[in-house]
Amino acid sequence: MVADGSLAKAYLITLQPLVIGIALASVAGMGFGIAMGLSRAVEWFSLPIMIVLQAAPMAAIIPLLTYMYGIGLTSKVLAVVVLASPVIVMNSYKGIRNANPSLIQMCRAFLGTRRQEIVKIILPHAGALIFAGLRLGVAMGFIGIVIAELLITPTGIGDLITYNSSVADYPNMFAAIVSIIVVAALTIYALERLERKLFPPEIRGLDNAG
Amino acid sequence: MILFGKKIPILFSLLVWCIIWEIIGRAKLSTIVPPFSAVIAAATAIIPTAKFSAAASISLRSFALGMGLALLVGIPLGVLMARVASLGKILGLWVNIFISAPISALVPILMAVVGIGETTVVVTVFLFAVFVIIIDTQVGIKQADRSLVEMARCFGANRRQLYTKVLFLSALPEILAGVRLGVIRGVKGVVIGQLLIAIIGVGELFELYSQHFLMEEFWALVIIVFAFAFAISEAVAFLERRVEYYASTR
Amino acid sequence: MPADAIIELKAVGKTYEAGVEALSDINLGLLHGALSTLLGPSGCGKTTLLKIIAGLIPTSRGEVWVKGRKVDGPGPERAFVFQDFALLPWANVLRNVAFGLELRGLAKDQREQIARNHINEVGLKAFESSYPHQLSGGMRQRVGLARALTVDADIILMDEPFSSVDEQTRRKFQEELLDLLRYKKKTVIFVTHSIEEAVYLSDRIVLLSPRPGTVSQIIQPSIDRQGKDPDEIRRDKNYLDTVDQIWQILKQYV
Repeated sequence: MVADGSLAKAYLITLQPLVIGIALASVAGMGFGIAMGLSRAVEWFSLPIMIVLQAAPMAAIIPLLTYMYGIGLTSKVLAVVVLASPVIVMNSYKGIRNANPSLIQMCRAFLGTRRQEIVKIILPHAGALIFAGLRLGVAMGFIGIVIAELLITPTGIGDLITYNSSVADYPNMFAAIVSIIVVAALTIYALERLERKLFPPEIRGLDNAG
Repeated sequence: MILFGKKIPILFSLLVWCIIWEIIGRAKLSTIVPPFSAVIAAATAIIPTAKFSAAASISLRSFALGMGLALLVGIPLGVLMARVASLGKILGLWVNIFISAPISALVPILMAVVGIGETTVVVTVFLFAVFVIIIDTQVGIKQADRSLVEMARCFGANRRQLYTKVLFLSALPEILAGVRLGVIRGVKGVVIGQLLIAIIGVGELFELYSQHFLMEEFWALVIIVFAFAFAISEAVAFLERRVEYYASTR
Repeated sequence: MPADAIIELKAVGKTYEAGVEALSDINLGLLHGALSTLLGPSGCGKTTLLKIIAGLIPTSRGEVWVKGRKVDGPGPERAFVFQDFALLPWANVLRNVAFGLELRGLAKDQREQIARNHINEVGLKAFESSYPHQLSGGMRQRVGLARALTVDADIILMDEPFSSVDEQTRRKFQEELLDLLRYKKKTVIFVTHSIEEAVYLSDRIVLLSPRPGTVSQIIQPSIDRQGKDPDEIRRDKNYLDTVDQIWQILKQYV
């Protein structure tokens, strides 16, 4: 079907805002989430808002983004960022907050400074949850980019879907849809494998190793 | 946060954000941000209108139908998949694919097959919510304490009693967690489904307001919908907390 | 206060935020070079007191003096062994044991060398590169002990260190601990709720009453350990009498 290269071309277009958006959401999200975890002041200001944002249908903001930033790359990148950020922030925050209190006390007992506490105990422990947050953020990013392409203006995969829909070429439309779902599923599966490899449960201390 | 030696509850930070919003709006720092008070005024203005209640009732109806279906299908399926290993493996693959997949990509198919209308939205809500309910139910049942099951059998429980009196209750914390996530996804499903169809419900209103640059109305609707999503997820969380007390001693 | 007390507690009290008074008016001197045990029923505040001595919990009232100086936080002269081991699950045994020195900024080669000595001492030489999840409970606690020995503190504080292992391993540990300490000039403060353990190990036993914890009595078991093997000691008349004496005192609190 679309082995004539149009599929590959479409993905090249689609993946651009997706990758940029995920990168931005990851850096900003992790930074903010970690700040929330380490500073009670930041937490106080941000937590209620972030909880609401995690539950909220952020997709409602997308028409607004279209209005503000037009129908180009920017609004699509922003759509990805807006959808992916809440889960990345919350997971980073929880990872920091849920540091094992026994280990923190041990560090203090052996005269660790606050900085050593953060670098040697809290961050390694939070790594697993932060990575899980990134994985979920990627999933949300895929959702964001599909909505963006169907809503804002069709390009890439969204274009293939809408075009084929409008000319009633349903097999092709179906194929395009299936392809994006498969790509999303494979990417997330790969991230899951990586997560399990980097953060096996025993190393995370889930069996009370420490 | 401690101000003047008194501990300020964290919810007050929302109040601070409202004040900041008001200031930004008054100072006209951005064309898309009207003052918070204007947004609230718009909210009180549009809620009693016929247009809004029509949009709200369509959206609520689709949401309720879709969620109801998701619960009716998801929970029993999750239980089955946990108890029948082969079913769990086969269906598990599909559930795991769809749980993080961009379901919104399926909406064009739905539109082609089912038409442009409420039914599509109901199916969208169903698809958004059902997978997380299936998985969390499955996990909950699987992790049901083996010794509780043995105990029940030992005291002569038949199959039905085992499921209703022991397994389901034991898994209830996980099931409710799944329902809460499902509810959040369901709301996203209503909004996204209606945005993509763009001629009914709150999705239509979002498009309308932003196209005509009615910013007060747009943000008012955002707050209303976000508040609804939050309220309903908190309602389920409340139920979750009611059963939490036995979660740790299972 | 006895003249050679290395730790002095002066009118120490601890009340938690909810109004719960955990400790009340503790006046205690703990001797240099001795193994002293804090013993009492659950809820008498013995772990709280130990953590106060360690500087991990602040006092509500009173003062803690260590080696002639007032302290209000952890210090290099005191090392702690945790009940739940508190090992870094992502680090191997060598790194865990050297952790105290790592925090002090010692160079890697140096601290690993010192750590290795103590790993040998506790009998874990073959497990240097293992991770906590690969070790049994007993082995994990040996790591905890090696870590405390590695920082070469004068005072070792042990919080029910053997309560998370099985009874047979526990007995072995008690015997090994005495062996280990025989040649080191360490002061050990031990917390346990097991009367037998306290009498077997201690030079002095401090009995604490239940909430609010106060010093009920101080017992000095006079067990002659010279030339006796562990099983003989456990049948020694003084040992059995002391165990019974303590039980009669604590019985009223249960």
